[in-house]
Amino acid sequence: MTRPPEDPVLAIRGLRTEFRSGRTWYPAVRGLDLTLYRNETLAVVGESGSGKSVTALSILRLLPESGARIAAGRIELEGRDLLRLSEREMERVRGDRIGMVFQEPMTALNPTMRIGDQVAEALRIHRGLDRAAARREALALLEEVKLPSAAQRMDEYPHQFSGGMRQRVVIAMALACRPQVLLADEPTTALDVTIQAQVLGLLDELKRSHGMSMLVITHNLGVVALIADRVAVMYAGQVVEEAPVRALFAAPRHPYTEALLRATPRVDEDTAALAPIPGQVPSIRAMPAGCAFAPRCPLRRPRCEAEAPPLHADGERLLRCWVRNEERIAA
Amino acid sequence: MNPVQTQGGLEVRDLRKDFRQGGLFGRARRVVRAVDGVDLAVAPGGSLGLVGESGCGKSTAARCILRLVEADGGTIRYEGTDVRAARGPELRRLRRRVQMVFQDPYSTLNPKRTVGQTLEEPLRVHGLAGGRAAREAARALLAEVGLGADALERYPHEFSGGQRQRVGIARALILGPSLLVADEPVSALDVSVQAQILRLLDDLRERRGLSFLFVSHDLGVVRHICESVAVMYLGRVVERGPVRAVFDAPLHPYTRVLRAASPVPDPGARVALARIEGEIPSATAPPPGCGFHPRCPLATARCRQERPALREVAPGRAVACHHSD
Amino acid sequence: MTAHADAAAPPAPAGASALAHAFRSNRTSWAGAVLLAAVVLAAVAAPLLAPADPLQQDILARLGPPSAEHPLGTDTYGRDVLSRLLYGAQISLTVGFAAIVVAVAVGGTLGIVAGYAGGLTDQIVMGAMDVLLSFPTLLLGLMVVATLGPSLENLIVAIAVTEMAPFARIARAPTLVLKEQGFVEAGRALGFHPVRIMAVHILPNLIAELAVMASLWLAAAIRTEAALSFIGLGVKPPAATWGGMIREGFETMLDAPWLALFPSLAVLATVLALNLLGDGLRDAIDPKLRRE
Repeated sequence: MTRPPEDPVLAIRGLRTEFRSGRTWYPAVRGLDLTLYRNETLAVVGESGSGKSVTALSILRLLPESGARIAAGRIELEGRDLLRLSEREMERVRGDRIGMVFQEPMTALNPTMRIGDQVAEALRIHRGLDRAAARREALALLEEVKLPSAAQRMDEYPHQFSGGMRQRVVIAMALACRPQVLLADEPTTALDVTIQAQVLGLLDELKRSHGMSMLVITHNLGVVALIADRVAVMYAGQVVEEAPVRALFAAPRHPYTEALLRATPRVDEDTAALAPIPGQVPSIRAMPAGCAFAPRCPLRRPRCEAEAPPLHADGERLLRCWVRNEERIAA
Repeated sequence: MNPVQTQGGLEVRDLRKDFRQGGLFGRARRVVRAVDGVDLAVAPGGSLGLVGESGCGKSTAARCILRLVEADGGTIRYEGTDVRAARGPELRRLRRRVQMVFQDPYSTLNPKRTVGQTLEEPLRVHGLAGGRAAREAARALLAEVGLGADALERYPHEFSGGQRQRVGIARALILGPSLLVADEPVSALDVSVQAQILRLLDDLRERRGLSFLFVSHDLGVVRHICESVAVMYLGRVVERGPVRAVFDAPLHPYTRVLRAASPVPDPGARVALARIEGEIPSATAPPPGCGFHPRCPLATARCRQERPALREVAPGRAVACHHSD
Repeated sequence: MTAHADAAAPPAPAGASALAHAFRSNRTSWAGAVLLAAVVLAAVAAPLLAPADPLQQDILARLGPPSAEHPLGTDTYGRDVLSRLLYGAQISLTVGFAAIVVAVAVGGTLGIVAGYAGGLTDQIVMGAMDVLLSFPTLLLGLMVVATLGPSLENLIVAIAVTEMAPFARIARAPTLVLKEQGFVEAGRALGFHPVRIMAVHILPNLIAELAVMASLWLAAAIRTEAALSFIGLGVKPPAATWGGMIREGFETMLDAPWLALFPSLAVLATVLALNLLGDGLRDAIDPKLRRE
């Protein structure tokens, strides 16, 4: 993969998203920095409680009205800070500049609307196309996502399609207005393995042909290995490691990344002993002082428990770990 | 049909289950052949993985073995007992020998019952223990699955998904079964928790000499925890054999597709993703002949007309494919 | 196949405690509770609060307006209205409460059985319930009492019959959902008898729904009792019932309007209290139910 050029398409700086419990606000995303460059696929990996889905919702500003807020940070899409936009302006961004694909296609699609119309809707709203033109464009999109017999089936309803087909329709909707960024949150988790492979392949191909950037959020390391150019690993609301995909898998540096890889059973190799990670992800209400991973970390030192490590850059890689960073500097 | 013999253990032959849809007021009744002639065997102490994608019938087959769903045909024998014919006391006895772990940790426990009540109930119902003895048994089992005795008085909502799954496993083991059927027991869990539960299952199996029938869509998990595997497609077993052999050198075209599509945490192993064509056909209208032929690169006229039987092509390995000669 | 949290899941309500908690923060249900408590207290303390014997006639003092001796006046037979109101509360509340208990028990059971068994059983039972539902409440009550004869017990039965079908419906819907839950399947796998599953695993998980509807339907029960008594099919005179008092008051509306007014207010107050209470409970329960 080529080195990313200098200008980022999407730049998140210091994002802090909080949830309220009782009267106190607790951060679920704690000072997140992420950069998505042109024509690349950035995978954000994390387990539940990592804050990855909250990040996606924050970018799109789709957090629930009460009980959640973006407390700090900037999210710049081609230079414009999305957090400063009014809701009307944000509506123009969603679906037009940023396309979204979520996990459950059945909830993304309106069950009472024909799929052709749903794809066309985005075009009519954002691009102002008339009915006929939007319909023609919608057909072209459905063919682009390889929906079989698109011309005949575009007047059918979502329930008449399988899960994989529905997800293709959702992708067509997401791409309708040729967005710069495609945001996909667990896009294939609900799909069967062979269908997943098809849909991921499709996303990859479309990204290339449309010249888009893709931000894929997932918990599945296998999916990451399949389609990512760069990977950011999240834990407890922060990025703990970021690297180009091959480097990350070949030489993971953060103890959490290592632990995840060791805990993943593989179909191509014998994983003699799966090494489970002891303990649990901290609740946002009980975040440890110092490094959030320290309580579970085999390498922890006193400093880790006292002081939270910063995200340290080392060439193309980012790492948030006292111990490993020291080793790198010493080496 | 290839006879599968084991001493004791689980023996399933030609299992069939149909579901009927519609059929009221003259509308055409659609028959879904969820399980369409399945042969399986699990030796005592062995572990068989049952893999496949949605609609392949693996979950239905598992439920037939537990009599949660009544099969329409075929035989199921466990430790010599005819499972399908069992009634009354014999069925009760069978339930003490074969138990199930379910997929969703969030709905597998009654939210209105404490963990203690959930674990003790089966003992009371089967008349195996009551009062103090039941409590002791529950406590011991909780310790075995890695939970403290303080869990007895607590309610499911106070536990995480992984912990609830441990309770579910404890409940499945409280009657002392020798065969554990697990239906996607770790699919709803995070990777790190999944590893914990898999290790627990491994330990339990060794300690208690359990046999496993492990239903899953995740080939990596199956490779890790099972000795042998049976691959299902559209209600039938298309390949069967030792897990490493089947995954490293698959014989059936579908197994190859499944294996190739399974994501691996290694960017170097990227496969041409778009190569895999076609949708999983609906089970209401399965293709004639070999169910996989519409998507199979090797399909011939014979495949379109004649359904291949599951035949043993090497010791311990069986395939249902005309091209396996 | 979602990756669920293994961080501790957000605490789900444990039924009663969540009810109490949400209830405390809801003003309307508070008002309802207080009002209901007042009515119940008045009924219970009737022997202490009543200035006179409700059955004691005093023809000379008949149709007297509210006075010091008779705070709410006297009726056609010179009986003290306040006393009759208080003792009438006993009857109304007892009948209403008993009727609801029967309706919930019978209707709820039928609903759970129908939902769990499915198939023909479901169709037959719910068909029967549909027949009951197709009758206007009062007409149904009337028919039952007319058939069985007017008495306190028959009145309770009649009202219970009118309220049974809604509870069957209310119990059936969650049963259909619950029987697909993992813990029900696990119970079957463990060899639990269907009766055990229905009683121990399904019923406790829909008690909340039943309780909420019970409080709302209790109001309806009291209204029905008043209506039946008004028609003359309720508890036989000279016992004091609110419905009966309204009826008697009807006849002397022009001369002594308070005779119809006070019992009407009593019914209104009780029904209002129950509605407020029930609404509050329902609000407390619903969003949590949906989240579960």
